[in-house]
Amino acid sequence: MSAGRSYDVVVVGAGIVGSACAYFLARAGLTVAVVERGTVASGTTGAGEGNILVSDKEPGPELELARLSNRLWHELGDELGPAAELELKGGLVVAAGPVQRKQLDSFAGTQAAAGVQTRPVAPDDLPDLEPHLAAGLAGGVFYPQDMQVQPMMAAALLLRLARDLGADVHLRTEVTGVQTAAGRVTGVRTSRGVLAAGQMVNAAGPWAGALASLAGLPLPVLPRRGFIVVTEPLPVLIRHKVYTADYVANVASGSAGLETSTVIEGTAGGTVLIGASRERVGFDRSSSLRVVGMLAGQAMRLFPVLAEARAIRFYRGFRPYCPDHLPVIGADSRLPGLLHACGHEGAGVGLAPVTGQLIAQVAAGQAPSLPLGPLRPDRFEELASA
Amino acid sequence: MNTVPDRIPAPSPPTRTGIAIIGAGPAGLTAAVTAADAGCAVCVLDLGERPGGQFWRFGPATGDGRFHHGWPAFTALRERFAAHVAAGRIDYRAGHAVFHVGRPRDGGVFRVHAVADDRRREHAAVEAAAVVIATGAYDRQLPVPGWTLPGVMSAGAAQALLKGSAVVAGRRVVVAGSGPFLLPVAAGLAQAGARVVAVVEAGQPLEYLRHPARVAATWRKLPEAGGYLARLARHRVPLLSRHAVVAAHGDERLHSVTVVRLGPAWERVPGSERTLEADVLAAGYGFVPQVELLAEAGAGLRAAAGEGAFAAVVGPDQQTTVPGLFAAGETTGVGGADLARIEGLIAGRAAASAAASALGRAAGNAAGALGHDRRTDRQRAALRRFAAVMDRVHAVQPGWTGWPDDDTVVCRCEEVTVGRLRAAIDLGADDVRSVKLLARPGMGWCQGRICGQAVAALSAKHSGYSDHEGSAERDDATQDAERAVSRPLAQPVPLRVLAELATGDADSPD
Amino acid sequence: MPEHPRPRIDITVDGVAWSVPADCTIAAAFTEHGQPGWRRTRRARPRGLNCGIGVCFDCLVTVNGMPGIRACLADARPGDVICTEEGSGFGEHRS
Repeated sequence: MSAGRSYDVVVVGAGIVGSACAYFLARAGLTVAVVERGTVASGTTGAGEGNILVSDKEPGPELELARLSNRLWHELGDELGPAAELELKGGLVVAAGPVQRKQLDSFAGTQAAAGVQTRPVAPDDLPDLEPHLAAGLAGGVFYPQDMQVQPMMAAALLLRLARDLGADVHLRTEVTGVQTAAGRVTGVRTSRGVLAAGQMVNAAGPWAGALASLAGLPLPVLPRRGFIVVTEPLPVLIRHKVYTADYVANVASGSAGLETSTVIEGTAGGTVLIGASRERVGFDRSSSLRVVGMLAGQAMRLFPVLAEARAIRFYRGFRPYCPDHLPVIGADSRLPGLLHACGHEGAGVGLAPVTGQLIAQVAAGQAPSLPLGPLRPDRFEELASA
Repeated sequence: MNTVPDRIPAPSPPTRTGIAIIGAGPAGLTAAVTAADAGCAVCVLDLGERPGGQFWRFGPATGDGRFHHGWPAFTALRERFAAHVAAGRIDYRAGHAVFHVGRPRDGGVFRVHAVADDRRREHAAVEAAAVVIATGAYDRQLPVPGWTLPGVMSAGAAQALLKGSAVVAGRRVVVAGSGPFLLPVAAGLAQAGARVVAVVEAGQPLEYLRHPARVAATWRKLPEAGGYLARLARHRVPLLSRHAVVAAHGDERLHSVTVVRLGPAWERVPGSERTLEADVLAAGYGFVPQVELLAEAGAGLRAAAGEGAFAAVVGPDQQTTVPGLFAAGETTGVGGADLARIEGLIAGRAAASAAASALGRAAGNAAGALGHDRRTDRQRAALRRFAAVMDRVHAVQPGWTGWPDDDTVVCRCEEVTVGRLRAAIDLGADDVRSVKLLARPGMGWCQGRICGQAVAALSAKHSGYSDHEGSAERDDATQDAERAVSRPLAQPVPLRVLAELATGDADSPD
Repeated sequence: MPEHPRPRIDITVDGVAWSVPADCTIAAAFTEHGQPGWRRTRRARPRGLNCGIGVCFDCLVTVNGMPGIRACLADARPGDVICTEEGSGFGEHRS
């Protein structure tokens, strides 16, 4: 770390969001340093499935973010190349029964009105899309815009692009403090020295709250544990991302207890990924066979052919979420020079490009592509006192 | 088939026993018999279809012990085992693939989950007051060009064919690698009528063993080695030391190998290449303990010989850092069948004592009695000293990382080449975890057992970063081990079986 | 090798009748039959017996309809119908 070098922006975190921020900042012509205490994709990104979804977003700020980000991913896909495994596979949401179907149709209607492409699927037409789906479902809605990417590769490739554009990347370097003077950010203290900069971006995932507290500021980003079960490599059985209509309700839930829904998709390598569970248990890394068992059972009921497929591993990740289930993107009015790009919960991969673009716009003093009011970092004190 | 299988078995209640023993090799069998002698109820779960593990692998065609060393000991033990099974004191489960050992509540019973009978794949669950993990070890293979060809196998595989099925692996066999195991493998093949083209040892045992302390530690084993050497001499098998097989050649199957001379760090000596015709290459560079169940159960691990290998930390009674969980045999450090038997004896006694205490009654052995005594301590210490000397004689030297080229497959399951590992490192991966995330080695069926050590060594070589020199937090091997070997599912499990764990208190109290 | 001829059993491999030694693993049966490779990976590379003790999952075969069985661990039984696998294995067969 060369003493005396000063940057426009220091990005803390080299996961998918931090890497995207570094890329967009560098592309905007700013001098950038990235600081990461592990290596690329060491945190939540390494546990991600690579979802790029519009299907699960409620109309409102998050859907607007998702729609713009979806377009940006198309552009990025060309830049990143085939190694990122970006696939426009589409998402199919299925309803277990008529009640769920009605809820799903109503929800999809509001999304369509907000510009999302949706296609209702009658029960008899489900096998055309997914031949191995269980019989007896009440149809569903198909979202052709949903995509999947290999998140770790995407993050690593974004970081390399950022480097090519002049960014300095410091891996295995821990942030130990935020330097301020006259009420403004002047730099970031790390285990290997100080990085002088007028702005810094908090892209520290589930540790974003801890990083903010180094600057003396509360930021209610908490971890929400999820498990994913991985099967042995299988021939292509599942063509799209398939999930049940209760997935959306679970995301929006504030419950700390265990919630599971069924989310299933194949990968380029042939394994099938099975989710999804959400629990607020802090950073508890212990294995939960019970949760894994529930995910396995749900997967089997949706795709009976999977009953004999073998799970070869399962793993857990910690989604960083905020109390109102919206991310935190933009400048922190409590400390000029501090920007946040965190709290994306399970949508970090999908929303990384739009986050990067917005952060770059804010850092360069340009008008942001989307209104940032609902995403501002200081909104929680108002919510708490409301 | 679009309907849910009409036969979703209602989960049957778990078998309740005193001690669950995982593995029926020398350590597991000895522990089982010892514990049953002490009056404890024992359940033995083993992957194989017959007891004996790998050291004592046998089949009806080899049941007279013709290919075995130490056969009378095994026969005696097997008889005692069979008697206990017949009397109902040992519940013996062959063909059981244990995928998880856990303790739902601190101080409560252990739950052992297995997939029973690979042809049917049913769920089997056992509850026990104490557990002994004796899952043995497997050959360490070093990736070289052509090593995935049919006909290239581990030294252990050639041995298993012979001892288990009385089948000779091929007609012209090269036995290669490093370690005392090469001699019995080669001798057995020669005795069975194979043409053993050469034994190719990368180390220099004779030179190394000149030191008096090493002689003292190893002299008891000389007659055994001498027997193998004599047999090999009778069959005119050339023995090469400081040599290695660095390439295997063939189209659909092996037809020849390249042998080179090695320098002191195992680097190839240029110009020393020789071709040997062979239809089988049986290669092994020592053994790697199988400790995934221990890692997942939270037992403390230490670095074992060789990059990426770990062994259980145990006390004088073979108890791990998890109370009530014991480890015996190769899982505590590779040391051979005799050491495995001593450790099994100690673990069996201690586990019986622990189970009796937990169950609140004395059971033959007074609850609280020790597993070890002065005699077992002496034997165990002597055998461990021998094992330590062998580790050093046959330690894998770093020059091997120059044998594979960019096209060499490192991860067999996912067919990941050295070139792809290097591309991941170029993208910023440096430790094993990030290399795994970007290039996917170790993500297939075997979950990195076969390639893990090679990936660790090659990653360290090409990235310049070694997991062992990480941040200050990693002050013991347990954290490294957790990342390297932690496998929540130690064996593949059908989703149908996993689904049975959704009910009840399969694990964490919630 | 053994002094007396070994008993043999009949199995089917990819639709062809084989006579193999009794009491040997499926991997040993293939080996004795002179076929060291019996599987294709997803990149169509040949594989057969590797670790021999059930750790590496290279030797997978389908036995009586159950895919992904480790041939090095499973004894061949009279009447077994064995199919070799290619690609992902789960239901992908040559014959």
